[in-house]
Amino acid sequence: MNEPILSIHGLTKRFLGLTAVDNVTFDVKRNEIFALIGPNGAGKTTLFNCVTGLFAPTLGRVVFDGSEITGTRPHRVAKLGIARTFQNIRLFDYMTVIENVLVGEHARMHAKLWDSVFKTPQERREEAHVRERARELLKFVGLEKHAESYARNLPYGQQRRLEIARALATDPKLLLLDEPAAGFTPQEKAELMQLVQRLREQGLTIFMIEHDMKIVMGVSERIVVLDHGEKIAEGTPEVVRRDQRVIEAYLGKSA
Amino acid sequence: MGGGFGPLLSFLATTRGGLDGHLVGALRKARSSVQSSLVTRVIGIALAAVVIIYLSPKVYALGPSYFLRIVAVGVALGAIYALIAIGYTMVYGIVELINFAHGDVFTLGAFISLPLLVTPFWHLTEETGGGWGIVLPLIAVFLIVMLITGLINVGIERVAYRPLRNAPRLAPLITAVGVSFFLEGVMYLWKGAVNLHYPDLLPSNRFVGGTFSAKDVIVIVAAVILVAGLAFFVNQTKLGKAMRATAQDRDAARLMGINIDRTISATFFIGAVLAAAGGITYGLYINSVNNGLGFPIGLVAFTAAVFGGIGNIPGAALGGLIIGLIRATNDGYVDPQWTDVVTFAILILVLTLRPTGLLGMRVPEK
Amino acid sequence: MPRLLRRARGLTRNRDAIIYAILIAGVFIVPAIANFTQGTSSGVVLDQVANAGVFVLLAIGLNIVVGFAGLLDLGYAAFFAIGAYTYAMFGSGWLDVTALHHAVHIPFWILLFVGMGLAALSGAILGAPTLRLRGDYLAIVTLGFGEIVPRIFRIKIEWTGGINGITALDQPTLPVWFTGPWAGQDFGITRNQVFGLDPVPYYILIVILIAVSVVLASNLYRSRLGRAWMAIREDEVAAAAMGVNPVTIKLLAFSIGASFSGFAGVFFAAKLGGIDPTLFGFQNISIVILVMVVLGGMGNISGVIVGAIGVYFLQNVIIPQLPTWTTGAASSVGLSFLNNPNGDWAGLGDEVQRLNFIIFGLILVGTMLFRPQGLFPSQLRQAELQKGTSDQSVFDASTS
Ligand SMILES: Nc1ncnc2c1ncn2[C@@H]1O[C@H](COP(=O)(O)OP(=O)(O)OP(=O)(O)O)[C@@H](O)[C@H]1O
Ligand SMILES: [Mg+2]
Repeated sequence: MNEPILSIHGLTKRFLGLTAVDNVTFDVKRNEIFALIGPNGAGKTTLFNCVTGLFAPTLGRVVFDGSEITGTRPHRVAKLGIARTFQNIRLFDYMTVIENVLVGEHARMHAKLWDSVFKTPQERREEAHVRERARELLKFVGLEKHAESYARNLPYGQQRRLEIARALATDPKLLLLDEPAAGFTPQEKAELMQLVQRLREQGLTIFMIEHDMKIVMGVSERIVVLDHGEKIAEGTPEVVRRDQRVIEAYLGKSA
Repeated sequence: MGGGFGPLLSFLATTRGGLDGHLVGALRKARSSVQSSLVTRVIGIALAAVVIIYLSPKVYALGPSYFLRIVAVGVALGAIYALIAIGYTMVYGIVELINFAHGDVFTLGAFISLPLLVTPFWHLTEETGGGWGIVLPLIAVFLIVMLITGLINVGIERVAYRPLRNAPRLAPLITAVGVSFFLEGVMYLWKGAVNLHYPDLLPSNRFVGGTFSAKDVIVIVAAVILVAGLAFFVNQTKLGKAMRATAQDRDAARLMGINIDRTISATFFIGAVLAAAGGITYGLYINSVNNGLGFPIGLVAFTAAVFGGIGNIPGAALGGLIIGLIRATNDGYVDPQWTDVVTFAILILVLTLRPTGLLGMRVPEK
Repeated sequence: MPRLLRRARGLTRNRDAIIYAILIAGVFIVPAIANFTQGTSSGVVLDQVANAGVFVLLAIGLNIVVGFAGLLDLGYAAFFAIGAYTYAMFGSGWLDVTALHHAVHIPFWILLFVGMGLAALSGAILGAPTLRLRGDYLAIVTLGFGEIVPRIFRIKIEWTGGINGITALDQPTLPVWFTGPWAGQDFGITRNQVFGLDPVPYYILIVILIAVSVVLASNLYRSRLGRAWMAIREDEVAAAAMGVNPVTIKLLAFSIGASFSGFAGVFFAAKLGGIDPTLFGFQNISIVILVMVVLGGMGNISGVIVGAIGVYFLQNVIIPQLPTWTTGAASSVGLSFLNNPNGDWAGLGDEVQRLNFIIFGLILVGTMLFRPQGLFPSQLRQAELQKGTSDQSVFDASTS
């Protein structure tokens, strides 16, 4: 039960002299809510990008669910069961809300080219089925009323929730959330925390980047702190909160 | 920690590409740099070896002076391609438009120069021509034509491309095609669709055992002067620097207070100035022009621009030179029928093996 | 705002329905009008319409590449040429003249699919190494390919007939078992199952092919694959992170588009009865089809069809007829002296004829300036118009 679902070993990512992630090692355990925090530019998003295959790490290994995925291409990583959201929302703006979710279903669908061209009965059945599922997901995040709007016309908070629904449509084992509460009202934040809890109860592992300390301390079981690409602390919220280096990193930044 | 520069940064990132915009590019760079450097080199060397082995007996059989003649023609044609290619590359670099009308702007330069060869002040005809006396009038013709064509191109940009700067990317591409048809139509209306004789004004004395002609040398020198002038302009003047900045990142340039509209106008002006000079040079060198000439030559020049690394000015010059040499070699040693096929095959090969082109510092992202 | 948007979308749906209704009506009315106005020479009109149909087919195919998937293909003529030469070489006596010394007369119906397959295959071979690159680079590679293919057909005289091309192609025949009233005396569409030189059977066939293509292309659009194309077009990174493999998805769009072109090429060759390499150039095919797609409203099948028909008739009927019309008009208002050459003036007819290029160019520029999204944009583009133009263009989305 306590074996890791994601292990990161000595991960390093350099951009032309700048080391964005510097020899970072940690594990995310199955079915926990895990948070990655750190000041702006600490390398958190870069680490996500390395895990999801958008960047090939300069050094180090990423192991997911027992198999190595270092440098695996993004769509393969998604198929293996890692889904994500983006810090600056990346929806398909000119597609409807439900179509956005259906793109998430893409990799799980079986219709072949032939089926799509001729709209075979199997294809119709599958389409009906995934649409049904997509509607359920929209309901889960509270967007069922907006299924036919264009994604770009949703208000900001709903766009963030749509991104989560789209990620869930890929049927992931591990969900990466990059600052899911950014720009949220306190009430939206509370709802988001509930949502995250519910997902965990359904068996998902949640790995999130978040700046809001109330959320981080409130829902996450373990935390890793990055600063200038290096891991400076790891542990439960209580431990991290009192860690001298963490306090310095944050105070030093804002002072 | 949401405070400070966080919100500003993420705002910038959402506006246009921004930080995340580098994702795709960086991803591809990371992947391809490892693969391509080795594979590309092996394939490139192998290809070069095949070509050399295939050509060397022919080169040997036809003798050294023939070889030098081919080189001379290749460099001269290459110089003309370079003049056109620079316009393609500058426009692409700054507005990401494949300017299909650029080849016709080149022809327009040649067409405009034709009536200016004979004026009350000078008579540049084959009968009166020759001698040092033609130097100043010819320079005057060059300058006038370059100015007129440049202004026309600025007008074209105003009318046909600027209103579409925020439209879907294909819209300006289609208007460029429209402008190309329009210019060819105007030249057709003006002179008909026939091959026009262009006066053979340049001396054709030959040196080095008849290999180099004065004509070759003059064409090459003219191109070198123009490219040097351009290099000076781009690197040393304020407007030139603004151009480079705008090509790098338009939004940042705007934030720095650069007038984007003026910079883009200047780019079209300079592109046309060089193309017009190329058109006159072509006329003087080949002595025949027609209204449909620009399109195929433009495609070759565009290939040169891609070969050198699209967006890169020295790259376009180098690309033009190399394409000129390759075409002359193929014309002289293989089969002129195949020259265009070879040219475009090179285009495809370069893009698949080394998408950044020879000097492309700008990786294929933006 | 949402309500307004829903209304706009309802309108565009209706608009598409209206366009299709007009097109279907046109399919039946055109032969009647042709018959009525031109009597025995009705063949000329039907022949033009059938040729336009080839361009409609091409535009539907290119729309999959450019409109659905957001990939710019500037070498579409190459696949068209591949299809046409497939028919010319294997559906005629030609190979008898070549080193093979043995003609193969493969039936038209089989070659339709062979041409389609060969075009799709060459599309895949060309696309596989290049689709990994950013969008514009694909455009340039296809441009190069489009320049190479017709030139090779032109140079390899011993196999392709060079500049003169290949003539005397077989006329399509219906298989013996496929008989019916169309073969009899009453309708007389085909004689003894052979298409003959009459345009009627070609007209009927191209209408059927277009109808089928429209259905299949819209099936694709509303499928898993269609959504993946849109997603890649909108944001390649996000699509990949959702499990969509950008390379295979783009390759499919590219190959399927090419297959339409190959298919159309076979039909085109059979209809003309003879082909040569000048029919497949950049300026007369690749760019013209792109113009049709963009002017019509890329992404929207009905708009693209209208664009194809409009541009075809503009180029092949209206502009060439302008001299006749203007001279006629001049005569009727008493200005007939304009029609005669006089010094530099070549006569009104000739002068107008010389304006062809200019007129076409101005129409292209004008239409784009007034409707940057095309005449009948898809719902999505329409929505974009509602909200004002966005700064993220179709191709930026897939490449930046
Ligand atoms: N593609 C890239 N090319 C070059 N440098 C990059 C790239 N992506 C990120 N960086 C740099 O890497 C560093 C880490 O960036 P990253 O986005 O990972 O930080 P972060 O911890 O997510 O910050 P934030 O809290 O602001 O989201 C920054 O200095 C950033 O400028
Ligand atoms: Mg971040």
